[in-house]
Amino acid sequence: MTTATKNKKSQKSSVILDYLRPNKGMPSVWCAGCGNGIVMTAIIRAVDNLGLSKDEVVMASGIGCSSRMPMYLDFSALHTTHGRSLAFATGVKFARPELKVIDITGDGDALAIGGNHFIHACRRNIDITAILINNNIYGMTGGQGSPTTPSGAFSTTTPYGNSEKHFDPCSLAKAAGASFVARTTVYHATQMDTIIQKAISHRGFSLVEVISNCHTYYGRLNRMGDAVAMLNDFKNRAVPLAKSKKMTEEEMVGKFAIGVLHQEEKTEFCDVYQSVVDKVKGGK
Amino acid sequence: MSDSGTGDQTKAEAGKKNKYDYTNGPPPLEINMKWCKACNICIALCPKEVFEPNRDGKPIIARPENCTQCTICWVHCPDLAITSNYK
Ligand code: SF4
Ligand code: SF4
Ligand code: SF4
Repeated sequence: MTTATKNKKSQKSSVILDYLRPNKGMPSVWCAGCGNGIVMTAIIRAVDNLGLSKDEVVMASGIGCSSRMPMYLDFSALHTTHGRSLAFATGVKFARPELKVIDITGDGDALAIGGNHFIHACRRNIDITAILINNNIYGMTGGQGSPTTPSGAFSTTTPYGNSEKHFDPCSLAKAAGASFVARTTVYHATQMDTIIQKAISHRGFSLVEVISNCHTYYGRLNRMGDAVAMLNDFKNRAVPLAKSKKMTEEEMVGKFAIGVLHQEEKTEFCDVYQSVVDKVKGGK
Repeated sequence: MSDSGTGDQTKAEAGKKNKYDYTNGPPPLEINMKWCKACNICIALCPKEVFEPNRDGKPIIARPENCTQCTICWVHCPDLAITSNYK
């Protein structure tokens, strides 16, 4: 963890409190132990490490438990309609390319309701950092199955086990054209800071999938225990990318790779558009 | 990049001797009991068993002298309820 932490300021652990909106709703609405809070503090540390001011960061979110996050953080915030946060974020980035736009979304929000916005944001490779908190279920609305609910897993809409196949958001994003794709878990909270820092610094569309715990629904319905048990489960199932490449498919059953899965240099949407504008204006 | 997460950190920290001495100083951590939701994460993940749950399940600093400031409890607290007095 060297490259991304180079511009690190001297960081006190209490720095997280400086980024909260004054008098706004802490403690959060999230259940005790919900991974959303762990992601929130990791984002704060990443933004602080990069030395960004609060006004330089815009946070957009849709609907869902995770999408409550912009209400607690003292950045410019957009709390939008279900699944459409990336469309709003695209508008913000397009109008003010100098801002850092972070999109907070969940598995249902990004991949079901907002599936189209998601793939087209990837396709355009617009410089937005999408943080997809994947807890495999719709938490806020009562535990319905989402596009990432694994085959066979239980939810309130799949009481006999899910018969559908599930999406892998990282493969989807890579195939759709995203130029930075990474996965981590709420257990790996310090790795998460570094990955989010890299994602924010990367020019182009970045997806960070954070495997998170919804012990209230997913954990309870699938008998995975409380928040601590789910965090330890992520610890056991996560395999660092380099190690996962040496493992066979059978060994990887039930496990997943973490780390930066894909990164490439690619033309970014705002840059391309600006060059078109310059060309047209110059040609007058 | 290094892919080692806090898992490896846990093991490394557990074997380390404590260079912090809190005998005359303040307790190593500050816990905001108003924000804490008693999720048990800090109590369970601390490699040095610094915390004990009180009767509500919220952490009390039972063994401050064991704390190595390893960061594990405060990076995993979902409710921003733990901050360090030293880091
Ligand atoms: S329902 Fe699930 S995702 Fe929503 S706050 Fe509770 S634990 Fe978190
Ligand atoms: S910093 Fe937290 S987790 Fe680490 S030893 Fe101290 S109390 Fe335990
Ligand atoms: S991790 Fe935070 S919220 Fe959970 S018990 Fe510890 S202090 Fe309380």
